[in-house]
Amino acid sequence: MKTKHWRTLQRAYVILLMGFMYLPIGVMIAFSFNESKSRSNFTGFTLSWYKSLFSNEMILEALALSLLVAVISSVVATVLGTMAAIGINGMGKKSRLVIENISYIPVVNPEIITGVSLMLLFVGYNTAVTVLNGMGIPLPDSLFGMPTLLISHITFNLPYVIFNVSPKLRQLDTRIYEAALDLGCDHRQAFFKVVMPQLTPAILSAFLICITYSIDDFIISYFNCGTLQTLPIAIYSMTRKKVSPEINALSAIMFLVILSIILISNARESRQYKRDQRRI
Amino acid sequence: MKKLFAVVVWTMVALTLALGASAQEMIQVTDDISVSADYDWDRLADQNITLYVYNWGLYISDGSDDSIDVLSAFEDLTGIKVNYTTFDSNESLYAKLKSGGATYDVIVPSDYMIGKMIQEGMLAPLNKENIPNFSKIGESYTGMAYDPQDEYSVPYTWGTVGIIYNTEMVEEAPTSWDALWDVEYAGNILMFNNSRDAFAIGAKKLGMSLNPQTVEEVEIIAQELKAQKNVVQAYVMDEIFDKMSGGEAAMAPYYAGDAITMIDESPQLDFVIPEEGTNYFVDAMCIPANAKNKEAAEIFINYMCEPDVGLANIDFIGYSTPIKEVWERLDDEMKYSPIAYPSDEVMANTEVFVTLPDEINSAMDMAWSDMKSYDEGGSGWMVPVLLVLALALTGFNIWRRMRKNLRNDY
Repeated sequence: MKTKHWRTLQRAYVILLMGFMYLPIGVMIAFSFNESKSRSNFTGFTLSWYKSLFSNEMILEALALSLLVAVISSVVATVLGTMAAIGINGMGKKSRLVIENISYIPVVNPEIITGVSLMLLFVGYNTAVTVLNGMGIPLPDSLFGMPTLLISHITFNLPYVIFNVSPKLRQLDTRIYEAALDLGCDHRQAFFKVVMPQLTPAILSAFLICITYSIDDFIISYFNCGTLQTLPIAIYSMTRKKVSPEINALSAIMFLVILSIILISNARESRQYKRDQRRI
Repeated sequence: MKKLFAVVVWTMVALTLALGASAQEMIQVTDDISVSADYDWDRLADQNITLYVYNWGLYISDGSDDSIDVLSAFEDLTGIKVNYTTFDSNESLYAKLKSGGATYDVIVPSDYMIGKMIQEGMLAPLNKENIPNFSKIGESYTGMAYDPQDEYSVPYTWGTVGIIYNTEMVEEAPTSWDALWDVEYAGNILMFNNSRDAFAIGAKKLGMSLNPQTVEEVEIIAQELKAQKNVVQAYVMDEIFDKMSGGEAAMAPYYAGDAITMIDESPQLDFVIPEEGTNYFVDAMCIPANAKNKEAAEIFINYMCEPDVGLANIDFIGYSTPIKEVWERLDDEMKYSPIAYPSDEVMANTEVFVTLPDEINSAMDMAWSDMKSYDEGGSGWMVPVLLVLALALTGFNIWRRMRKNLRNDY
């Protein structure tokens, strides 16, 4: 009897937890079909917000910029971060500890500090460049815009890559790499044919984390976007008037896209797992 | 019969006026937008200019929601490309410009921020020859205190602040700001979540100026706002839309233009401008001193004052227009709406924000955050208790680790 109660309690707890996580998204998706602009009264079903979303140039442009920045910065950060992780792995114990801690600081640092300090750096560049231009070194007047946005996104993405790839690197058996060398690989071949395939899952997950953080980021972009506008900034600027339900529609689409990506990749993984099991 | 006659006469007058207007040469840009032909719109077309416009969010008719897209019409007309981005508050606009993180060509700050920017030399004087449409701005909207010579700004929209209330929840229509302090509606009152607007309401309730001159005045108003805290359900901005239309709150102060939008959607709401007077605000177009395309910016400002464009924008935003011809072309319901265009007596009792001295501003910010964190009964004991708790936790952790180390030694 006691265990039965215990189980209902457990189940209730899980349901409560899931409710907190997914009810808001459910409500948002429901209200993306709401006829009126209200976020509290459901007046009728309509798809018009989805229609008008795809004709709203401002939101679409902001979305396109967000995606572009996310992809470019994640690719660059993943490549740089993986190289950094491999370098750090090859270091001595002491210097590795120092470097790892230094690259950990940006992660625990409040975003606003990263954002403002990057902005100050770029403003500093602007003032420095007037001097340099005067000396006859031709450089662009101001970096603000795409360059600053990319630099800042790559900067805050880098540590996440390092901390995703490093543990995997440490788990690797160095003897496999040595065996590859013994069997006639040169260093590059050994790396790409032996080490890389084992790192791939970690690198991929690092890449996905970067994309998420990059699309998500508001504070750092806010200080470093110049005259550009990413999606979170566009949404935030609507708060004097009223955030348009088109944003609900957009969020619903994004949620479904991400959900389906996760489901598909999980399905593939489990199929792969079953196949492997059978082979054994 | 007399009435019918009057109607006929007025229709004829209106027709002749309309004909007279159309006799003036126009360039038709789109189905909905025609602009005066007496202006060289495309003189910068071959210079491949991109104009950087920084405006409030949802503050232009941009084609969304079946509105008219005035920006793409401008691009077609002038051959100037527009990079249009948006901000959420005067303060973030100021911070952005001040930090040097971006250069814009056209910005739309409000009254007091314009004054502040003029003082700090952040705005460029306008060349009125490039903005002949400035003459279309009604006289009552020119020569404002923040820019007495109209050197730096061209009004874009204006409005007032009043109380929006739910007629089903409030028995008697409020007439005074006192209503927002009424204990009867405790927990059903919303309040501005920005210091300048909130202090203005406190000041008006006390019969003071909404531009406090001394720190003492700020403190008196802050006391009043503290006293209000008990009855306030939440300090919010745009959530007011949903809370009011959803019947979650009975009363809230907000901008008249947005009140009209809310009443359109939920007819149980109504709006009143309290008798103590209120804030009258103007958002105006300006050109920053470091703008790269000043002439293109002036063409843009001139374009925004074209009646067709102004009408499209006002339709979309819902705020009030300073352009005479736009007002004339509104439908009667809007034209004579006491919310959008209050009578002269009401307007006589309004006050415009002016730029405050730094010490007043910082006193206001201090008092505001003090008020927000202020709690009846005092949360003063919370801080030391939490501190002691944190210390105890750290101590426990250290003790545990030491014990573990000791055990490992054996």
